[in-house]
Amino acid sequence: MSALRARLRVPSIIEPIGRWWDRLPSWGRWAVRGLAVVLAVLAPNQAIGEFMAPQSDWATILFYPISIYVLLAVGLNVVVGMAGLLDLGYVAFFAIGGYAMALLGTKMGWNFWEILPVAILLTAGSGLALGTPTLRLRGDYLAIVTLGFGEIVRITAQNTNALGGPRGIAGIPHPPDIGPIHFGVIDPRPYYYLTLVAIVLVIVMVRRIEASRIGRAWVAIREDEDAAEAMGVPTFRYKLLAFVFGAAIGGTAGVMFASKVIAIVPDNYPFLLSVFILCAVVLGGSGNLPGVILGAFVVGYLPERFRFLAEYRVLLFGAALVAMMIFRPEGLLPSRRRRAEMAEGGGGMGRLGAEVVEAGATKVEA
Amino acid sequence: MSSLLELREVTMRFGGVVAVDQLDLRLEVGEILGLIGPNGAGKTTVFNMITGVYRPTSGTISFDGRSMAGRAPHNVTRAGIGRTFQNIRLFPNMSAIENVLVGADARHHQSAFEAIFGLPRHRAEERDGRKVAHQLLDFVGIGQVAEETAKNLPYGDQRRLEIARALATEPKLLLLDEPAAGMNPNEKNELEALIRRIREGGRTVLLIEHDMSVVMQLCDRISVLDFGRKIAEGAPAQVQNDQAVIEAYLGVPADAP
Repeated sequence: MSALRARLRVPSIIEPIGRWWDRLPSWGRWAVRGLAVVLAVLAPNQAIGEFMAPQSDWATILFYPISIYVLLAVGLNVVVGMAGLLDLGYVAFFAIGGYAMALLGTKMGWNFWEILPVAILLTAGSGLALGTPTLRLRGDYLAIVTLGFGEIVRITAQNTNALGGPRGIAGIPHPPDIGPIHFGVIDPRPYYYLTLVAIVLVIVMVRRIEASRIGRAWVAIREDEDAAEAMGVPTFRYKLLAFVFGAAIGGTAGVMFASKVIAIVPDNYPFLLSVFILCAVVLGGSGNLPGVILGAFVVGYLPERFRFLAEYRVLLFGAALVAMMIFRPEGLLPSRRRRAEMAEGGGGMGRLGAEVVEAGATKVEA
Repeated sequence: MSSLLELREVTMRFGGVVAVDQLDLRLEVGEILGLIGPNGAGKTTVFNMITGVYRPTSGTISFDGRSMAGRAPHNVTRAGIGRTFQNIRLFPNMSAIENVLVGADARHHQSAFEAIFGLPRHRAEERDGRKVAHQLLDFVGIGQVAEETAKNLPYGDQRRLEIARALATEPKLLLLDEPAAGMNPNEKNELEALIRRIREGGRTVLLIEHDMSVVMQLCDRISVLDFGRKIAEGAPAQVQNDQAVIEAYLGVPADAP
């Protein structure tokens, strides 16, 4: 495998960009971020749409899957990339947010803005409920349990009439107008911009937490959980915090999505979506926000771009993933720390990997 | 008057294996106690029991007058016990100063909410943490490599970084597990001086060490373990000449009665 990679060595443009970014002064970085936001705002443009997605409606794809995937990926990144917890059932929180919007909107007549905080609390609560018994597990065991949770949510929705059963829930209200901006059925752009605002707010929150004792603790837990515990880090509590925070973000995305599509069905929330978002995080460069955003964009955009291939587009997508794993397993835009972790071997997954430590035991000799 | 640390009849069984057998240990404030014994004697197991990683099969451990029974390791650290590891467990991809900051965070209280909104306590703790971390790196003598990635540091610096990180948790009692391992004589002298400075700062030290010269120079008292049992205890000179200790380390001649 490495012989193959060596022969096909592609000069990396990422490292020079990374170094340029490091040398950039504070105002320069803010300028770049501002530019990125401006570009995102200008993105739903007819001309760009012709180029990027001649077969589909560009603005629609921009909202879903692209912007929703970005929001989900940023949320999953907190769990997987920052705290190093392998969550294979992230779609569950997306679903809970969606069903909260659907049920409270249709049965209780609440509007979007009333539902949003409730949905966030609900998903955060479910993250707490899931995490409390399961976060004592590590590696593969945590992965299996979270995968199970994801499926349980979907199957419960499918089999419960009060939740709409297999037909789901229809008639979900759109968000109320904000001044001249009308949230209708056809135009995806207001929803896109709303999601953009959510993404920016979430990124700001995540960055701030990253630069605090909690962010440091998450890195420490990823690097050596037992040593972190010995240094006074309340590892269980902080892992739970990552889980709950990620869940709340997933729920937010769920509310946004449901408010546009009018109707949701359990099949909107398959396991495959958890996988897609995980791919977005890992391929983008686990832990690194720009990377994760890029990863989500790619994972959301490529299958749409290749729609003309019908079913074969999923095959192509799979092939692209395999190629990534061979030639650039650290992701498209890995952080420097990520590259260092990958160089260590073990797939760069740190505690995510197959290694499972017996409760109470350490690797220290007696 | 109660001691700072008291182990009473502490036993640790792993299935059929008795790793520590009815151990009594007392440590007074300001002491440097050495814990020595052949490999496999149970010394690190004692550390793991004190720090809450293992729960003793029987016996009691009390620190500062309070029982440590059933406390999670991070709470033991918060109660004032810090440690280093036999085979250095730094956070390899974090910088030296970040490693120490994690230790310093043990004394911080900022919440996620305060961090997100940049509230005063968050900012104050971040500033304070940096200041303390730099001071500690200087204290152990590696101030100049603060921004270096931990795994790239030379071995001796890594050992000192681990000590700085443990000190950042503001321990009353510091457990050092073979801190002199792999050091050259020069480094060992510096380490001895550092440990003395740590004691002068008002801390108590429990030291596992194989290097006898370091142990003899540094320790006020020594406890000797063999097969999980304490076989001797006392001042260095006394222990050095103890028959049981000599036999444990060197064995008994084949033709002994």
